[in-house]
Amino acid sequence: MSGGGVTIENTDSRQETVTLTVPSHPRFLYVIRSALYPLIIDAGFRKRDAAKMVLAVDEACSNIIRHAYGGQDDQPITLTVEFPEDRFLIRLRDYGKKADPSEIAPRDLADVRPGGLGTFFIKAVFDDVQYDTSVDRGTLLTMAKTKPQVSQ
Amino acid sequence: MKVEITVQKIGVGHLVVLKGDVDMNSSPDVRGSIAEVFKQGPGAKALVIDLSGVRYMDSSGIATLVEAMQNCMKQGMKLRLAELSPSVRDVFELARLSSIFEIFPKASDAQAGL
Repeated sequence: MSGGGVTIENTDSRQETVTLTVPSHPRFLYVIRSALYPLIIDAGFRKRDAAKMVLAVDEACSNIIRHAYGGQDDQPITLTVEFPEDRFLIRLRDYGKKADPSEIAPRDLADVRPGGLGTFFIKAVFDDVQYDTSVDRGTLLTMAKTKPQVSQ
Repeated sequence: MKVEITVQKIGVGHLVVLKGDVDMNSSPDVRGSIAEVFKQGPGAKALVIDLSGVRYMDSSGIATLVEAMQNCMKQGMKLRLAELSPSVRDVFELARLSSIFEIFPKASDAQAGL
């Protein structure tokens, strides 16, 4: 990513996808949170559930900054939101070190210590979490949650 | 997005007031401010953290508070949290930490009984 800008692109009402790319600096995490929350609310989720989903995506972005990019703050993180009929679908793409799914495990919550909660939040909040490392570079993380009107 | 941090001495020890989002970007500042409190020497009974101005907290914020709790225990102090917003309380419950921390409705309540 050049210049560290934030871009919103490919907003296609026909395909119903929204794409947002931010640099891998922690100060841009709030941009993702701010963009994501109203989209989740519009999809029909309750405010408290929407806040938890935003938290989980924020944690996934933090993990990308820490682990995929090793703290480099000028690399791209691309968030894509899709709106299939029954689910809310979020994809996070990075181009750093590939995630190792065997090492991604939520920690035991009985072990009270600083750190290690992010992965637990992601898996607790979303119904389906997939790490795709078959992409050319980096990892494609897909998180999905069934929309409330379908599950009720 | 930055977090505003105010640290003041109170009768029972120290009061830290946070305002803003506590996330990966701002939690190092929070951690640094709390570390300064611990450098001020013995005598304090408690560290009270007023979270009334915090609308968002991620796992790095939670980790900062867990670390503060552990440091308080080492120094024989109590850590008391006050006025969690519903969204922050939800994060504590999601992490199953609500019963680990002493949580009070108001900062003034947190200073009582020490």
